[in-house]
Amino acid sequence: MTRRRSDFGQTGLRVIGLLAILAIATVWRPSRGESAALKKITLMTEWLPQAQFGGFYAAKEKGLYEKYGLDVTVLHGGPSRSPYDFLEKGEADVAMLWLASGIEKRAKGIRLIHIAQIVQKSALMLIAKKSSGIETPGDMEGKKIGLWDSIYQIQPKAFFKKSGIRVVIVPQSYSVNLFLRDGVDAASAMWFNEYHTILDAGYDPDELTTFFFSDYGLNFPEDGLYATEAKFSEDPARYEAFVKASMEGWRYAFEHEEEILGMVLQYMKEAHVPANYAHQRWMLERMKDLILPQDRTRPMGALAAEDYENTARVLKESGLIDGVPLLAEFHKGGEGTHAE
Amino acid sequence: MRNRSLAFKLAFFILTCSSVILGTILGYNYFVSRQMILGNVEASARDLARETAQKIETVMHSIKEVPETLAEALEEIPYDEETLKRLLRSAVENNDGIFGSTIAFEPNAFDGNSLYFAPYFYRSGRDIRLTWLGGDDYRYFSLDWYQIPKELKRLCWTEPYYDEGGGNIIMSTCSVPFYRRFGDERRFMGVVTADVSLVWLQKMISAIKIAKTGYAFLISKNGTFVTHPRKALIMNETIFSLAESRQDAKLREIGRDMVRGRFGFVPFRSFVNGKDCWMAYAPIPSTGWSVAVVFPRDELMADIIRLNQIDIVLACGGFFILFIVIILISDSITRPLRILARATKDIAKGNWEIELPDLKSKDEVGSLTASFLYMKEALKKYIRELTETTAAKERMESELKIAHDIQMGIVPKQFPPFPERKEFDLYAVLEPAREVGGDFYDFFFIDENRLCFVIGDVSGKGVPAALFMAITKTLIRASAKEFSSSEDILRRVNAEILKDNEACMFVTVFCGILDVQTGEVSYSNGGHNPPLYLRKGKGCEFLDGEHGAALGILENGMFVRKSFFMGEGDVLYLYTDGVTESCDESDKLYSEERLRNFLSGNLEESPKELVKNTLREIRSFSGKMPQADDVTLLVLKYFGSMSAGKLSNEMIVVLENTLSSLPVLASALTEFGVKHGLEAEVINNVNLALEELAVNIISYAYPDGGKHEILIRLEKCEREFLVWIQDDGKPFNPLQVPEPPIEKPLEQKPIGGLGIHIVRNLASNIEYQRREGKNILILKILR
Repeated sequence: MTRRRSDFGQTGLRVIGLLAILAIATVWRPSRGESAALKKITLMTEWLPQAQFGGFYAAKEKGLYEKYGLDVTVLHGGPSRSPYDFLEKGEADVAMLWLASGIEKRAKGIRLIHIAQIVQKSALMLIAKKSSGIETPGDMEGKKIGLWDSIYQIQPKAFFKKSGIRVVIVPQSYSVNLFLRDGVDAASAMWFNEYHTILDAGYDPDELTTFFFSDYGLNFPEDGLYATEAKFSEDPARYEAFVKASMEGWRYAFEHEEEILGMVLQYMKEAHVPANYAHQRWMLERMKDLILPQDRTRPMGALAAEDYENTARVLKESGLIDGVPLLAEFHKGGEGTHAE
Repeated sequence: MRNRSLAFKLAFFILTCSSVILGTILGYNYFVSRQMILGNVEASARDLARETAQKIETVMHSIKEVPETLAEALEEIPYDEETLKRLLRSAVENNDGIFGSTIAFEPNAFDGNSLYFAPYFYRSGRDIRLTWLGGDDYRYFSLDWYQIPKELKRLCWTEPYYDEGGGNIIMSTCSVPFYRRFGDERRFMGVVTADVSLVWLQKMISAIKIAKTGYAFLISKNGTFVTHPRKALIMNETIFSLAESRQDAKLREIGRDMVRGRFGFVPFRSFVNGKDCWMAYAPIPSTGWSVAVVFPRDELMADIIRLNQIDIVLACGGFFILFIVIILISDSITRPLRILARATKDIAKGNWEIELPDLKSKDEVGSLTASFLYMKEALKKYIRELTETTAAKERMESELKIAHDIQMGIVPKQFPPFPERKEFDLYAVLEPAREVGGDFYDFFFIDENRLCFVIGDVSGKGVPAALFMAITKTLIRASAKEFSSSEDILRRVNAEILKDNEACMFVTVFCGILDVQTGEVSYSNGGHNPPLYLRKGKGCEFLDGEHGAALGILENGMFVRKSFFMGEGDVLYLYTDGVTESCDESDKLYSEERLRNFLSGNLEESPKELVKNTLREIRSFSGKMPQADDVTLLVLKYFGSMSAGKLSNEMIVVLENTLSSLPVLASALTEFGVKHGLEAEVINNVNLALEELAVNIISYAYPDGGKHEILIRLEKCEREFLVWIQDDGKPFNPLQVPEPPIEKPLEQKPIGGLGIHIVRNLASNIEYQRREGKNILILKILR
């Protein structure tokens, strides 16, 4: 034994090993009925099984993919398991990436197609303890801020720049323990995940100061579905059907929360991921907020041009991309691409 | 309640009171013993939590010393790769508690070439193996076990995590940062770690059993369950996520208190079975973890609850016994009372022979019974006396009634008293105020034509007066046989009374003698109210004349005799003072004057009517006032002499008791028949019957052979003759003579037998009376 996990509910190589088994098991699941006619398609999620992907589980378990003539395999990402890597290697047909990540890759000339934008609102945030004296962005001046790497740093850095503050960036792993132990003054968090993990470690919301980047003009829509241009052009209908079925799955999930939570916990159990009902319920409810924001009226899965341009602009300003790819080239597929 | 029985009230109040008292005692007892147990529970729970935490702390402390020592050494000593390996190997080898250990360097900090430098020695079975940590897929710089001690610059224990290869082994890593001096700078070089299996800790905590279902658990600094009887919680849930699922804000507060490293003792709901529990918790300072021990409340309280249940059962038993005792006592009290109550009813019904409860006890009931018994006897005696008195009174009353009857019998009450006398009419009445009275009247012929009439009033009333009256009346009758004048009669009676008048009683008497042929009335007054003389057509006045003294007062009392002649139709009205001294409701006397005025308007009435009218008048005057004195009236009306010749349908013949006088009868009858134009045959029949009867009387009625008179009166009525035959011979009722045998010769027939037979055939009705020494035979002969 060589590696260790240091945190409940987050990382662990053993889990990754198990995920491979899970993936195989999922592939080998006896296909139902008209398997011969079903088109195979493999989805790679961004992370380990959790309610963040409840809609896909719903579409698969409730037979929606089959309805659309698909035989879907769900692979889970995780630490050191990048969905893009799987896409690139052809091990996955659809990968789940953040919009910023997708734009960045497209801008670098990678032939990547955006086929659906699941999450409309950025869940990325910074959390500080009020006890450390942070109530406004300005209070973070000179403080130690835990940031995840690469793509997760675009918004916070733009935010710091925008706020005119300089902070000490501390690399943050997949746990928030460093923050909980006061190793950093503020930590990165996903609203649907780490924020609740912190609450679950005994901190009350009123003890925390939160900075949602979406509130600071940095709403980078996150989870989106991507395919390689090559594969997409082979059979666009397959991807369109996948997107439609997945969106139907999400609708079903929001209408049947308890059922979906049962499913999620089952996926987590099978993957030997620590499962916590309260946490997953929180996550599913937040996903609803993120996928169906109340201040937006566009259909599920559509990418708003405004969000695209905003994200691309910040990327360009940050020097991460030289030029903004055309949205029409970036996005393909049946679901609406532009906001009304 | 008011209508309930005494037993019920007693039982109700006593039981209510005692249940309140007992309930209070039991409740207090329960409360206090509960507090005591709670105190004990709290103390032992706190102790247990603290002890457990200390045990763990001790182990953790001993383990952390290894990396600490290493870290200290690395700061001081020069080291190369081999040295580090040797140090690590021996650290693992020499410390059973340590599963693996590494010294992880900062990027390029070990030799400037390798980004990662972290040799890791770990146990594999009995061996100790080496592996190298770090790589693209294991960037340990940002992992908790490396980063946290680095940032915090102190020893840190990681959150427990699952061991990778060994199944469900939970581990924690103790990481110590180490530094190296470079000139003035003390540069962070990396961390020294020691991985520890927490299996021993899990075993230790699972071994803690409290009562039946009590348990202990351990949570990490983040509140994650590290050990718990509910396996599903371990590493999955934190105490806060559980609180959220259960919506249990209290639990969240408890969790916050625990992860802040505090001690506590709180009420708690078991995660295992939902029972109410108490929980004590204590921190493990070096790791920031917290140990909790859970004491199930009902199990700890089982003894006291059982004790209380026994108490309640005992109390119920006690209540039952108390209830029985109360019932018995109250019954022993109320049974005599009930018997007394029943006895009272019985006594009220007149049943004296009822049983009373025994006089055993000397309590209140006993004394009540005694009083009741006394009352019963007293009442019995009283009733007996009352009965006797009543009987005596009734006897007396009945005797008085008899006396009344006798007194009424003394005065003549046959009216008309002398039906054969047509010269006068007489009516009298005596109404005693009480059963018997002192008034009297009397009338009798002292010879053929002289009627003596008397009215008197004895002093006083009632029985003595009645007796005195009887004496007086008898004396008057007796005297009248001897003397024929009123003053002599009174004088004699006076003398007789005075002879033996020890009672000093006296009597007023008015005595008058009427000669029916002449109408002369001679009279004497012994102190009596003067009678009224009602003269036909002329008015009414009191008889004047001197009043003599009442009889029985003066030794040689002298009485004046006066006389006057009554005219035809005149009335003499005699009364006693009961009449004139009747009172009305305002105590006003009726008075002589009022009487005189009343009579003035009743001059023409017959004596009977006068008497009745007078009585009615007095009663209406008195109104509701009771009769105070005896009321006596005697009214005599004179019609004039019969021998004056004017005759009607009547014939009176007086025969001497000689057979030779019989033709007088025959001739008188013939004359009567001629006068009235009667048939000779009828007269003959009547004559025959009367002659037979007269012969019988003459022949057999007078054994003395003296001279006697036989009175025969014949009255012609419309359809018949009414015949009176009166003699003063020996008593003889011809109707009792048996029917004679017809065929026997006349001479052989018994005396009077045949005559009576003839009379029977003639008369339609025969009646016999013996009155005042006279035989009176009344015949009705049909015309």
